[in-house]
Amino acid sequence: MSARVFVPADSSALSVGADAVAGAILDEARRRGVDTTIVRTGSRGLFWLEPLIEVETAAGRIGYGPVAPDEVARLFEAGFLTGGSHPKALGRVEDIPYLARQQRLIFARCGLTDPLSIDDYRRHGGLRGLEYALRLGPKATIEEILASGLRGRGGAGFPTGVKWRTTAGIEAEQKYVVCNADEGDSGTFADRMLMEGDPFLLIEGMAIAALSVGATKGYVYIRSEYPHAFAVFSRAIGRARAAGLLGPSVLGSGRAFDLEPRLGAGAYICGEETSLLESLEGKRGQIRVKPPLPAIAGLFGKPTVVNNVLSFASAPWILEHGAKAYADYGVGRSLGSQPFQLAGNVRHGGLVELAFGASLRDLVEGFGGGTRTGRPIRAVQVGGPLGAYFPASLLDTPLDYESMAAARGMLGHGGIVVFDDSVDMARQARFAFEFCAKESCGKCTPCRIGSTRGVETVDKIIAGRDRERNVQLLRDLCEVMTDGSLCALGGLTPLPVVSALDHFSEDFAGAPARVAAE
Amino acid sequence: MSGRTAFDVDLARTLIDRKRTLPGATLPILHDLLEQFGYIDDDAIPLIADALNISRAEALGVVSFYHDFRRSPVDGRVLKLCRAESCQAMGCEDLVSHLAVRHGVTVDGLDEGSGIRVESVYCLGNCALSPAALLDGEPIGRLDRDRLDALVAGAQRKMQ
Ligand SMILES: Cc1cc2nc3c(=O)[nH]c(=O)nc-3n(C[C@H](O)[C@H](O)[C@H](O)COP(=O)(O)O)c2cc1C
Ligand code: SF4
Ligand code: FES
Repeated sequence: MSARVFVPADSSALSVGADAVAGAILDEARRRGVDTTIVRTGSRGLFWLEPLIEVETAAGRIGYGPVAPDEVARLFEAGFLTGGSHPKALGRVEDIPYLARQQRLIFARCGLTDPLSIDDYRRHGGLRGLEYALRLGPKATIEEILASGLRGRGGAGFPTGVKWRTTAGIEAEQKYVVCNADEGDSGTFADRMLMEGDPFLLIEGMAIAALSVGATKGYVYIRSEYPHAFAVFSRAIGRARAAGLLGPSVLGSGRAFDLEPRLGAGAYICGEETSLLESLEGKRGQIRVKPPLPAIAGLFGKPTVVNNVLSFASAPWILEHGAKAYADYGVGRSLGSQPFQLAGNVRHGGLVELAFGASLRDLVEGFGGGTRTGRPIRAVQVGGPLGAYFPASLLDTPLDYESMAAARGMLGHGGIVVFDDSVDMARQARFAFEFCAKESCGKCTPCRIGSTRGVETVDKIIAGRDRERNVQLLRDLCEVMTDGSLCALGGLTPLPVVSALDHFSEDFAGAPARVAAE
Repeated sequence: MSGRTAFDVDLARTLIDRKRTLPGATLPILHDLLEQFGYIDDDAIPLIADALNISRAEALGVVSFYHDFRRSPVDGRVLKLCRAESCQAMGCEDLVSHLAVRHGVTVDGLDEGSGIRVESVYCLGNCALSPAALLDGEPIGRLDRDRLDALVAGAQRKMQ
């Protein structure tokens, strides 16, 4: 029997040489005349171990990592094809504490299977949610989603079932479902991993949504910074069509649904749903004034469900296991699981899917193992570029929508970026404004002009000019932006800025004062 | 990128025609032009406007709104260097100054014979392995000065 070796083709794994490792394994196997098959998978999300290769043995899948191409010959000598010991051996991958401690609902299959094999997908439980939804019918399907408490994972946390019910309730000859795969938040990569590692799950989730709201056409808007995800996902759509999961009769139901992938073009604002719809229509990605909500008048003016990748991808699990089982995870009004993403200056960066309510400390210290540089953690930004910076003293804050808001932050898309004590928080505040200025769609003044004023004001503070007055000016400006911006780009840019001012005021002491303090 | 060719009106027209009937065709068309020529030539604007039945000002407005649609040709490789928070935490700004000091390469400047154009991007979804970059679409993780030196040297060799 041919030995099976699993090598990720996830773009993070590729970024540290996974292709070269796969090539080296094939070469070495040929040289030794050992029958070996390589299966390219997604990533398990333990990125500090990439390239993390796995072999199938009687005892389960044994991992080795991080593997360099020049270590492959030694791995063969050590008998890795049967799980032989080697300094890079990790034992059974599912027993690695980082993975074993997670509650993987959405990411259960990612890294395990061949992302482009429908057979593999089915063998590992795929399509059960959609099949059940087809038996339930649209109304009861939406009831399940409502009862599960699922809230949008793109950042705003709006109840997904309410959105679906709205669109379902409107008579229209054409409706759409649109997947927001713009994943613009820095420090996040869950959408990307899923599209590369388990794309049929997103397709299945979108099909469930489409059939329950009565949409026949869907678009997936993928950021252009993800060329690999775009390529993999486009191929997955082709396979899904060939297998009858998409097309004129979804799984033989007689009901049509088809999908088209579209590429963004490097504009953060196009992650905002109305701007995304403008972009899909071929226009500048400028915000639309709401109402009307996209659920009522969205793409090309038709009722449109817009959801994040992870929101759609949660639907199959909910349908398969039931709303109650899903709602058993989580706390308060934050139900189910959240794929957190650990990034920045952290030893063990990766994907950590957990029920809501875990503490920030458990993530950055428990899972993350502290900073990669070995220096003390000074700041942790949660929720992307519009999220607050937390000081080490607030690490016990629970990660759920309500606790984050109470701590004057937000969960966003679940990105967690760690900084050590070399970070300069005035610089980070400056960057928040700079980014806002760069990405502003230009529609409203507080954001368009305010962001540039913000950069200038922070510069004055950094230069030590009129510090107190300028800090006050900065706070006033933040208030104006919070209250007067049309959308959350201008409206939330104050979040990182104010959190930096509140928790790290010493960094705004101005150059002379800081030198004196050192 | 090896596949890039010099701007050619007839080829541009063919590419535009291929997608003009798609709903919301502007971005798909611009991406095809970008992939073929490496930039959006000024002469492509009226072609797009005519094909999509929009004004030239509108077509230009779309092109200029999106960071991807660069307006001048590139002759070397394109390195998209992430400068967002996770990569900041791992020293991407040091790489930016290293490029300037050591190689005379200005990020977001023109490539003028250096063989490499470096453009800022804000997150490549490779934040667990920051600093991250894309070299002509190929992902690079844990980028450091040495690797950067090798990339620049490789791009320069290719130019000669
Ligand atoms: C500036 C800005 C950027 C956003 N970027 C994204 C994004 O990249 N991905 C995403 O899913 N939602 C993003 N959102 C949120 C969307 O507007 C919208 O709430 C979401 O797509 C709805 O899907 P959900 O309910 O499933 O979260 C962004 C919002 C704003 C204001
Ligand atoms: S806040 Fe900024 S991005 Fe949002 S609508 Fe106003 S100008 Fe556009
Ligand atoms: S912040 Fe640089 S890759 Fe995400």
